Amino acid sequence: MTLTTSTPGAGPTADAAAAGGADDQAPSDALLRVRGLRVAYGAAEVVHGVDLDVRPGEVVALVGESGSGKSTTAHALIGLLPDGGRVTGGSAHLGTGQRSAALTGLLPDAWRRVRGVRVGLVPQDPGTALDPVVRVGEQVAEALVVHGTPRRAARERAVEILADVGLDRPRERARQYPHQLSGGMRQRVLVGIAMACEPELVIADEPTSALDVTVQRRVLDLLADLTGRAGTAVLLITHDLAVAADRADRVVVLKDGVVVEQGPAARVLGAPEHPYTRELVATVPGRNNVPSAYAPGAGATVGTGEKAAPSGAAVAATAAGTPDEGTTDGTSSEATAAGAIALGTAAVEPSPALIEVRGLVKEFRLGRRERLRAVDDVSFTVPRGSAFALVGESGSGKSTTARLVLGLDRPDAGVVELDGAPVGADRATRRRTQLVHQDPYSSLDPRFTVAAVVEEPLWAHRVGTRAERRDRVAQLLEQVHLSPDLAGRRPAELSGGQRQRVAIARALALDPELLVLDEPTSALDVSVQARVLELLARLRAERGLTYLFISHDLAVVRQVADHVGVLSGGRLVETGPVARVFDHPAHPYTAELIAAIPGARTPAHPDRKDLT
Amino acid sequence: MSAVLRTRPAALVALAVVTLILAWALVPGLFTGQDPIAGVPADKLLAPGAAHWFGTDHLGRDLFARTVHGTSLSVRAALLAIGVALVAGSGIGLLAGFLGGPVDDALMRATDVLLAIPGLLLSLAVVTALGFGTVKVAIAVGVASVATFARVMRSQVLRVRHATYVEAARLAGAGRGAVLLRHVLPNAAGPVLALAAVELGAVILAVSALSFLGYGATPPTPEWGSLVAEGRDYLAVAWWYSTLPGLVIALFVLAVGVLGRALTRETRTDR
Repeated sequence: MTLTTSTPGAGPTADAAAAGGADDQAPSDALLRVRGLRVAYGAAEVVHGVDLDVRPGEVVALVGESGSGKSTTAHALIGLLPDGGRVTGGSAHLGTGQRSAALTGLLPDAWRRVRGVRVGLVPQDPGTALDPVVRVGEQVAEALVVHGTPRRAARERAVEILADVGLDRPRERARQYPHQLSGGMRQRVLVGIAMACEPELVIADEPTSALDVTVQRRVLDLLADLTGRAGTAVLLITHDLAVAADRADRVVVLKDGVVVEQGPAARVLGAPEHPYTRELVATVPGRNNVPSAYAPGAGATVGTGEKAAPSGAAVAATAAGTPDEGTTDGTSSEATAAGAIALGTAAVEPSPALIEVRGLVKEFRLGRRERLRAVDDVSFTVPRGSAFALVGESGSGKSTTARLVLGLDRPDAGVVELDGAPVGADRATRRRTQLVHQDPYSSLDPRFTVAAVVEEPLWAHRVGTRAERRDRVAQLLEQVHLSPDLAGRRPAELSGGQRQRVAIARALALDPELLVLDEPTSALDVSVQARVLELLARLRAERGLTYLFISHDLAVVRQVADHVGVLSGGRLVETGPVARVFDHPAHPYTAELIAAIPGARTPAHPDRKDLT
Repeated sequence: MSAVLRTRPAALVALAVVTLILAWALVPGLFTGQDPIAGVPADKLLAPGAAHWFGTDHLGRDLFARTVHGTSLSVRAALLAIGVALVAGSGIGLLAGFLGGPVDDALMRATDVLLAIPGLLLSLAVVTALGFGTVKVAIAVGVASVATFARVMRSQVLRVRHATYVEAARLAGAGRGAVLLRHVLPNAAGPVLALAAVELGAVILAVSALSFLGYGATPPTPEWGSLVAEGRDYLAVAWWYSTLPGLVIALFVLAVGVLGRALTRETRTDR
């Protein structure tokens, strides 16, 4: 195997990309130089000749969707490919001048002198990347000890590192076990471990995709701060273009194991040249590219008058809902005004509420004495035909609220009314309200065919004859844009987006009035997410559906919802029309959430980089 | 299944053995022309040879014929025992896992009691209460394995019960019974069926053991366990009497076990 291949021969696409990005190619001063890197699992090549440069102190984002080979590339660069994976061609060099070392074809011993010392890795999942039975201080110290620091000194240094990554009371934290730390703190510890030996390059593999948006922001700020101070270069692997836009100097776009475009972040994401990059950028639900609260495209078919009606009604009803909540109350009346202004002087005819939630409380028993108030005095109203979004971070009670609204759980206090009648676990409620689950990989019975999955609600409610049901299934599949050929397939043979369409078709089978969407796109790639959101918007317009949309992703909420309720610690801290809440958040928590949305670095705010 | 056979030659051999022995059970006349009941007293205790593959017994009956003709009874008894254990055990496990709460507690404590008693002892107690005969032996052996099936089924149901697709089915309006039969049972059944294949070997041994102890078929009906038992008195002069039928039992148990394990692996890699 030649380690220094001069030709990045990787098919026409890669050649084109290399040519296109020629002006961005770093000269010999690059810290990391990757040329024509090829990686295969067994006989299947998944990375087809990747060229990549990272200059000292530079942040380069490697973006792409799942299966694009971005994680494989990163793992190849640090010699941690899973079993069966191997580098089959190309070269990778780290360092300049005499410190230069090849990163391909190294023996385990040689890897140990590179890994941790010269290249640090921040892994993806803070939940599993720390050893659960070793104290975190020991784990940080371990990174130093294996590279020659005496254990006693390493322990002292570990405490300093924990302080550097922003843990409070580092001396006590060092003696704690991973399960005693939150996800964000664990990710800070992992950043600390990656930085422990002051490497020249840190590879961060989706460092924040398992974290809440505000935590994500703090961890990325920390990484930027530490690497910025030490002059460390960062190779940031992410599927989130908004994160790349905020944090990176240069962006490399990967598709199916081929670099399709690379260049300065502002150029690539601002004026993408390659059609795939353009598609990716267009599908990002952002706060900048979607001015209206409604989805583009299909949304245009809906008259503004129809949309205007729900807005006013929701706000008015909400204001009456929680009289003891100062913030909500004040916000709401203000919102009414804002809503009215935003919608112009169109006749605001209050449309009847489909769902009315009043004073909802749900507690869970934690231990003998302790109880957790997952939902605390939540009240809101969803007018018929509108889309109401509940946003909040994990643990804010949004999914519990959704379950209460569906009648899946019984509230400890308060009522949920569907069209004026309290909801229960009865079949009548079932027919009128349906849920689309978060994870389409687990919500479909693996033994059922697509047709059987979609038919199930019809079968359960004894709708029609067998032949009629078959026709209805075909019709439903067509509505969610699934080919009729898929009807006989099983879920394992479908992609994530296709599965979620099947789940939506199942939810629509009984013609429900309310669709509860519990993070329906969070398990999907961004371009798939865009298509599913578009489908949801079109279905709502065509069928007059009402949506209760649960999400932690504010960018998505802005795109699909008319009204939004912000949950924090089980309490509804703010409600109002999406445009008003996003542009003029009244509650500090809402403001924090919105500020944490990645993708805020725009020409108007070029300083929002947090890196320099 | 076919994939398992292609990748595992041992499973292929095991399948051949099981098929041959099942064929003995179905059409014994095809494999031996000799009479399993009436013997030729002059030919008693002949060593294995061309005329008598397994030799003859103390009444001059061909042992190979008796083994082949005894297969049907033994295998049927084993299948019946597995059937009892599978149906009763799965039922208990399904109810316990799905209903939970006090039902679960009651059923599981009962199976704990069953598990606390050694299997063969339990079978002996049951067969003593029921009376003698192959069917009763089969039921007794089945009862002794109910607890194992109940445990495995319950653990599978607990895994499946909280799956999102089960909740989705409830939301679609399916009743508890429909959810249980359409979603929970099929998704929980794989490991239980694989267990049945593995247990089949143990059950054949237990049935043979009980008939060895004299609870099974009445003489002169041939049956695997009683063949071994009869030969015990002649071990010093006719080693083949107990040994060769015993080897057939061992071979069958082994083959069934290999097949069962191959199936278990198959269901595991499924998910």
